[in-house]
Amino acid sequence: MNSTKPMHKFREIFFEYVFMFSAGISVLALVMIFVFLFANGMPAIAEIGLMEFIFGREWRPMDASPSFGVLPMIAASIYITLGAMVIGVPVGIFTAVFLAHMCPARLYVVLKPTVNLLAGIPSVVYGFFGIVIIVPFVREISLFFTGGGSGSSMLAAMILLGIMILPTIVNISESAIRAVPRSYYEGSLALGASHTRSVFSVVLPAAKSGVFASVILGVGRAVGETMAVVMVAGNQARMPESIFRGGRALTSNIVIEMGYAEGLHRDSLIATGIVLLVFIFIINIVFTVVTRKSAPSAD
Amino acid sequence: MAKIMRKITDGILFAATWFFAAITLLVLLFIIAHIVINGVPYLEPRLFEFTFTSENVSMMPAIISTVFMVFLTLIIAVPLGIFTSIYLVEYVKKGNKFVMLIRSAAEMLAGIPSVVYGLFGMLMFGQFFGLGWSLAAGVLTLSIMILPVVIRTTEEALKSVGDGYREGGYALGSGKLRVVFRLVLPSAVPGIMAGVILAMGRIVGESAALIFTAGTVPQIPQTLGASARTLSVHMWALSGEGHHVGEAYATAVILLLIVLVINTAAAVIAKIFTAKGSGA
Repeated sequence: MNSTKPMHKFREIFFEYVFMFSAGISVLALVMIFVFLFANGMPAIAEIGLMEFIFGREWRPMDASPSFGVLPMIAASIYITLGAMVIGVPVGIFTAVFLAHMCPARLYVVLKPTVNLLAGIPSVVYGFFGIVIIVPFVREISLFFTGGGSGSSMLAAMILLGIMILPTIVNISESAIRAVPRSYYEGSLALGASHTRSVFSVVLPAAKSGVFASVILGVGRAVGETMAVVMVAGNQARMPESIFRGGRALTSNIVIEMGYAEGLHRDSLIATGIVLLVFIFIINIVFTVVTRKSAPSAD
Repeated sequence: MAKIMRKITDGILFAATWFFAAITLLVLLFIIAHIVINGVPYLEPRLFEFTFTSENVSMMPAIISTVFMVFLTLIIAVPLGIFTSIYLVEYVKKGNKFVMLIRSAAEMLAGIPSVVYGLFGMLMFGQFFGLGWSLAAGVLTLSIMILPVVIRTTEEALKSVGDGYREGGYALGSGKLRVVFRLVLPSAVPGIMAGVILAMGRIVGESAALIFTAGTVPQIPQTLGASARTLSVHMWALSGEGHHVGEAYATAVILLLIVLVINTAAAVIAKIFTAKGSGA
């Protein structure tokens, strides 16, 4: 007995350190991501000039006198994300309301797995679907309105991303709506409101911070999406002119040119990654503020 | 008059809810039907030969690479994730600064776009550690990427284990380690499994993080140092070339099938988990 006790104690302490070390890896990984991106990207930004890089309207990395302005990509990323929200948010929120309060049980067992399946489909499969269905569809619309266009456009990316963010918005909004105490709904019914009115005027407003959080997560997903956007958006590195014309997102810029870029060109792509990180960082902060605000009211 | 107006807005909202829910359902059914109808006829035996040639455009090596990628990534990320969660849930007091740091780090990691992981993996594992475009570089990059998924789900699973288990264990004279490994962890297995399956789905679906880390070689990798493309990367390469549309459809069918299997497994495990939770 006396000999096993110290052994025992040693094992306890040893494993506590193993657990602590494992926990530290997440922090270490995050630090490493920042270190490697900044170490490689910051010199490029310094060489190009911060203002010239962020507000430059010309992206001509291969020219004899190259120009590295990422404003066209920043603008395209923002436009495409906003468009995706316009398409995806109403569909997503109404679907969430439907799942939480209107869906017959028999339909629920079909619709809920459907939404989860949407969440699991790889982005390349979405992108491919975009190429074979959405791009030709947008080409027709574009032909009708502008008399031309290839279909590979910001509009195609907006539609595709609008579909891709649906599961995020539906699932998180649904749980937020379900988390509203049932007494809200019943109280509203007791006051004489109809079922529909109770859901939309009482329950949904009570869940608004959760619903808002789902939209922000959707924004994060849309900004960060790469492959699906590359496959349908046309990717012309110029200031966006019309949703029927092509545009190049920040993420696309990296994937398209990283394969052959060298020197300052390559480092400027890593700097594009830093811009993307800053975007995600801002979205994270907004998300934290929104969910923190909602925490006291949920209790 | 006001009553009629109210009835009308009620009706519109009601109709809109059904309409948008129907859109969600129809969009998905359309995507699946379109891919299955166009892809299944292309599922020829040549697509499943073990060596890729430009004639057979076989996806078999990519399937095998995907299995390697999933397996190796999970081997690294799952223990790390579980140990992290054990530390967060079982060892530290609430409100501890280190815990808050780890939580925010995991949250940040979860939000970083996959293309940024690709850049980072290329810079750190590919160049700094000299792994180049290889299975190993891809595995290490993806391990970090799925770590937050494993941590979050395991944490939830550990928290849902009743304190009675822990107290019972201590009352019988067990040490902390024994309580964690013999009592808490086994009861949390279904929840942890659900997280692992979720992580599998992310690995299978990933492409942007792999192109510049694991590369795009379409053959079965012989070593960890060899470049290999997973099925998603294979699909991207095919649809980019433009003259392999049929093969791309067929690959999409296989990817959908994998996602369907993964989702079904997750649902079954979740059902076991809730049944068990209500029983305890």
